[in-house]
Amino acid sequence: MAELAASGVPARVAKRQAVWRRFFGSDLLWSFCHSPVTVGAAVVVIVIVGAALLAPLIAPRNPYNLASVSLLDATDPPAWLAGGDWSFPLGTDNQGRDVLSTMLYGTRLSLLVGGSAVALSVVLGVALGLIAGWRGGIVDTVIMRIADVQLSFPAILIALLIDGVVRTVLPRDAQARITLYVLVASIALSYWVHFARTVRGSTLVERNKEYIQAAWIIGVHPARIVVTHLLPNVIGPVLVIATINLATAILTEATLSFLGVGLPPTEPSLGTLIRVGNDFLLSGDWWISVFPGVLLALLILSVNLLGDWLRDAFNPKLR
Amino acid sequence: MIAFVIQRLMQSVLVMLTVALIAFALFNFVGDPISNMVGQDTTLADREKLRQELGLNDSFVTQFARFIGHAARGDFGLSYQQARPVGQIILEKMPATLELSFMAAALALLLGVPMGIYTGIHRHSWLSQAMLAVSLIGVSLPTFLIGILLILVFAVMLGWLPSFGRGTVVHIGWWTTGLLTVDGWRAIILPAVTLSLFQLTLIMRLVRAEMIDVLRTDYIKFARARGLTGRAINFGHALKNTLVPVITITGLQLGSIIAFAIITETVFQWPGMGLMFIQAVGFADISVMAAYLVLVGFFFVIINLVVDLLYYVVDPRLRVGRLGAAHG
Repeated sequence: MAELAASGVPARVAKRQAVWRRFFGSDLLWSFCHSPVTVGAAVVVIVIVGAALLAPLIAPRNPYNLASVSLLDATDPPAWLAGGDWSFPLGTDNQGRDVLSTMLYGTRLSLLVGGSAVALSVVLGVALGLIAGWRGGIVDTVIMRIADVQLSFPAILIALLIDGVVRTVLPRDAQARITLYVLVASIALSYWVHFARTVRGSTLVERNKEYIQAAWIIGVHPARIVVTHLLPNVIGPVLVIATINLATAILTEATLSFLGVGLPPTEPSLGTLIRVGNDFLLSGDWWISVFPGVLLALLILSVNLLGDWLRDAFNPKLR
Repeated sequence: MIAFVIQRLMQSVLVMLTVALIAFALFNFVGDPISNMVGQDTTLADREKLRQELGLNDSFVTQFARFIGHAARGDFGLSYQQARPVGQIILEKMPATLELSFMAAALALLLGVPMGIYTGIHRHSWLSQAMLAVSLIGVSLPTFLIGILLILVFAVMLGWLPSFGRGTVVHIGWWTTGLLTVDGWRAIILPAVTLSLFQLTLIMRLVRAEMIDVLRTDYIKFARARGLTGRAINFGHALKNTLVPVITITGLQLGSIIAFAIITETVFQWPGMGLMFIQAVGFADISVMAAYLVLVGFFFVIINLVVDLLYYVVDPRLRVGRLGAAHG
């Protein structure tokens, strides 16, 4: 690096090159390239996420635009079957919406809810875990007892209860607008425990180390110690758990939507699409629910595989 | 031992009280029970009279104590939607859920444990690899999707099995059972398979991992050196030592089965408590929701308690470690 700087290349570029060299030389990339299953899973995730992000550009139709939807097109089979039409490649649902387009937009919503829920539960869990581990005493006991109680119930049940209760409390007309937030919050509240426990565990270990004591001695403010010194050292495992939890969060959202307490049919996520299609399964219109189902399963399987690989590659201790 | 049991019991009671408090808060503060019960044209005076009669004007503590007293006797008041005692509704629905859960648990155990043993012993056979690949898919497929696919194949395409309901049921006292009729057996197959699949893969993977760990230990090598038969080593020595974690996880999974029954019951329109709960959420029927919450909480607390005590009894090595962990 020194010679690069000496040969006239600006230091900023040299630094960037060093970062890239470290990235290409790392064990992480090596183990990634030597696991075909992981590469495959990554490709699938990238394709699905990309398609979801670009939905407005690549979707054949806009399913939210009621003007483009005609009931005359309702429950058309996929294009390659008798009665199919290539303007609806994967057929249409009961309202005449193009299944492919609703799937693309639905994946967007599924990823949005799953991603936001995980982000929120990371923030909540890390904050509570840091507080519990750093303060100790009664604060620690209270937070961890709550975590214990919550951990003895399945997360899906807790999400369902929170969601159900909030729905009952809120007036009907407010529900449609904030369903999305309620969903994110209820999923996040059912998963924070994992993050809190991990962070608390590492905080208990880290807070007695020399660098923290050194920071104390030179008079750094406690809040600053926690945020700038402690946090970077306890955050690693959290990111790995977050990846694994992303699959679970997407699954929880789909399940809640399927049970009819998630996103409404006017703004369907993958789970809602499956729920709607389920009503037409018995009359033989299988494509309305099966295609979104396959996409959901593929997405969750791939994210799970990526998470497994990340866990093994990063930290054997987590196993 | 006694100290541990008492501590554990106290903890269970505390959890139960917390759950009851949440249920009661729901019951009490969410919506107005009166406006849910009476029509639009009821006068304010009549409403106030009803409020007084139902004890809704008493203090919070009095009401909570009364709620616990009633709940302990299985009295959760009237369902807002059906205007019948909630206890009675739950009692009608409970056999369906318990029957389904037990069938699923039995299926998961009877298939999961042997499959785990097989994949643990014959690690590299193609059958083991196939089972593991299928189990990964089983973990990734959401329960409701498995149910839908089973309905599509076995009910819609092949027409072999019914797609919803319990079939013909027989009444024995207050208990209803579908297990005495051919119709009932046909109806329970698909939901039970759906419900058991996730637990099955979990148990299989757990047994496999434990078997592989145990088969590496010195005493197994010693048993081999002594010239014992493979059968005696695998089943007499190895399997026994894998059972402690299997008992624990299986016990805890039994609780999850009851929770996951909500999903399976919705897919198959199975007339159990899970479907009742989902319908109660849809109708904002808070008394039913609160009762379900308390009941499921009770199931979980009992299961956790039994598993913890069992753990303690089965493996004496864990006693010191567990106490240490509890304080750490």
